[in-house]
Amino acid sequence: MNFFTHFGKYLLMLKGMISKPENAKVYWKEFMHQCSDIGVGSLGIVCIISLFMGAVSTVQTAYQLVSPLISKTTIAQIVRDTVILEFAPTLVCIVLAGVVGSKIASELGNMRVSEQIDALEIMGINTKTFLVMPKIAAAIVTIPLMVILAMALGIYGGRLAGEASNILSADTYDRGLMQNFMPYNVTFALIKAYTFAFIISSIPAYFGYFVQGGSLEIGRSSTKSVVVSCIMILLADYALAALLL
Amino acid sequence: MIEFKNIKKRFGDKVVLDGVSHVMETGKTNLIIGTSGSGKTVLQKCLVGLFEPDEGEIIYDGRSFTDMSQEERKLLRQQIGMLFQGSALFDSMTVEENIQFPLNMFTNDSNSKKLQRVNEVLERVNLVGSNKKKPSEISGGMKKRVGIARAIVLNPKYLFCDEPNSGLDPKTSMVIDKLIKELTTEYNITTIINTHDMNSVMEIGDNILYMVNGKKEWTGNSKDIIFSDNKQLNEFIFASEFLQDAKTMRMLEAQGKMDGNGNMVNK
Repeated sequence: MNFFTHFGKYLLMLKGMISKPENAKVYWKEFMHQCSDIGVGSLGIVCIISLFMGAVSTVQTAYQLVSPLISKTTIAQIVRDTVILEFAPTLVCIVLAGVVGSKIASELGNMRVSEQIDALEIMGINTKTFLVMPKIAAAIVTIPLMVILAMALGIYGGRLAGEASNILSADTYDRGLMQNFMPYNVTFALIKAYTFAFIISSIPAYFGYFVQGGSLEIGRSSTKSVVVSCIMILLADYALAALLL
Repeated sequence: MIEFKNIKKRFGDKVVLDGVSHVMETGKTNLIIGTSGSGKTVLQKCLVGLFEPDEGEIIYDGRSFTDMSQEERKLLRQQIGMLFQGSALFDSMTVEENIQFPLNMFTNDSNSKKLQRVNEVLERVNLVGSNKKKPSEISGGMKKRVGIARAIVLNPKYLFCDEPNSGLDPKTSMVIDKLIKELTTEYNITTIINTHDMNSVMEIGDNILYMVNGKKEWTGNSKDIIFSDNKQLNEFIFASEFLQDAKTMRMLEAQGKMDGNGNMVNK
């Protein structure tokens, strides 16, 4: 199948998932379950990555800023803007594409191969609405929240590392954070987070939903979904930066 | 009653169904038999709408399924129960949750009423006490029975079973066959079974459709099979010497020349 066939099928899947739920209560329960799986389930890795990316940013920025003419508060400003603009939305979402994307693709792929999706269809349930939509909705709700958390933890990680490595004091770091802050950066980061959340959930859902074959194909489609999601995140990252900054 | 006329289906150049027509009767166990690749599963999937036939018409009790909108099909499907070859139970749910799922989706009954219905069908399939077990904790035969319980929990008018005996030992197969037969008569439903199992064919075959290469080759019931002179059918059903002997014994029994214990009757 060529790119256009895949893209057409992907669009039809998205169109097909927009329909009235058979029972709102069951769908709500499924949505909450997905929020827990995608959001709470990825919280640990997001926290660890965020703390360390902030810490490493501080150490590496300090290593490069050797001129005595540049104030140490600049380190905090650079860490803040890098974390908000790039690390928190993009790096976290690329990691989540692996964690969440492979989970979505393999879950749906397994359901397809073991005829569970057919069983739902026979019951008269719109499987695209029931299986795909709650996943996308849950990702769009929880991933931007995790990106906000990643921003906070990244900046805090930088502060901890600055103090621990005697690069700059907590006071200097805090002062740096307050200087030249542009609130639009947070808005931009959130626009990125929403876009990436949609990519992370819908592309693996497509690969999982339409898998054909057995367990080998589930593994392949899971890997493919992560690769395609990562490439799409990077493309969207560039496009958004070019358009909105 | 489900009637289908001139069903044709092809995948690429390969013709899988080539103008199959038949009537599946209500209150009877309707069997679709044939060798692997004869088109049984594709036919069943066309009947439930998982595949769209290229040509032909499917009629559910006078209503044309082929002409129905997606919404009308969704409503009809709430009257269809299906047992899949691999049972297709939801892995993440317990036995009770699996059976309760259609009730949660399509009824507004209270939890206690739903639970009562779940226990009723569990009792009907002899699985009392298995409520909290996960599909991974139960045997193949039990999975099939949970699949049947889930299929009948909404009191369907049509029951489809795809290879209900595959992977089961002969004794468990008989239990499943007996259960399907009893449910068909008890609830007066139209049951359609795809099978390879010769025991099922002989025991519960009220209305049999034998397919060869996507075409209808023979129809009849389990008694007709004994006296059929269709060469392909005989080769398929009575493939082994043991089964050929069984056929001869059944013929002699039917003609009154042998008693039920296998002794020749001297007249």
